[in-house]
Amino acid sequence: MPRPDPQLAGGAQRTLRLAVIGTGAGLFSGLFGVGGGTVIVPLLVLWLGYGTREATGTSLAAIVVIAAAAMLTQGAYGNVHVGDGLQVGVPAVAGVLAGTALQQRVDPRAVSLLFAALMVVVAITLLIP
Amino acid sequence: MSGGAIAVGFAAGVVAGMLGVGGGILFVPALVLFLDLAQVDAEATSLLAIIPVALVGAANQKRYGNLRLREAIVLGVLAIPGAIGGVAIVNAIPERLTEVLFALLMLYVAWQMTRRALAEPAPEEAA
Repeated sequence: MPRPDPQLAGGAQRTLRLAVIGTGAGLFSGLFGVGGGTVIVPLLVLWLGYGTREATGTSLAAIVVIAAAAMLTQGAYGNVHVGDGLQVGVPAVAGVLAGTALQQRVDPRAVSLLFAALMVVVAITLLIP
Repeated sequence: MSGGAIAVGFAAGVVAGMLGVGGGILFVPALVLFLDLAQVDAEATSLLAIIPVALVGAANQKRYGNLRLREAIVLGVLAIPGAIGGVAIVNAIPERLTEVLFALLMLYVAWQMTRRALAEPAPEEAA
């Protein structure tokens, strides 16, 4: 299937596609406490003709809005632990800056594979009751 | 304070910066395993931690010209009803089901990342 040219896709159709991607990403974000990038990045590439880097950059900006909306809703249920969130969120910001600098020097494939292996171990830990 | 939570938080940030994700998939298990939060509380709290990471990540990507801001805002705003619906669902279903679904999501993302990493060209060509 050919990728749609971003210049050819009309305004209304583009907005409709963004709405479908957004709804999926929003549901993911609310259900799993993630940003929804897993949904957004591949669909921006496939449906709207984005390059991978453009898709990740645009996805991150959208995630700010999506995570804020989901977080405020969870806050209304009384589920947000602000102190604990800061304990992982603040070191993570330092990590982002380090990661961006490392990106120029380290093979991202090695990082992806290490990350994938770590996630398999954690997923199994979560599955064992 | 938990050293484990801080370490995983930092690691999640490194991965987020390198791969362009928000880091939630690591925040949630870190909050469950190191700070003893229940699954749904961990997910709610992860959303808070994602916001500064995604902001910094997006600002970085903007400098490299990789951000279409207008469409990002349209996408984010159109996602709000889904996000509210997702939160309502997760607060209504059994917590164990959420745990299992989250673990399956992690396995899926791990599989996707492995596939993509193995398909990618060498970094010199990619850059």
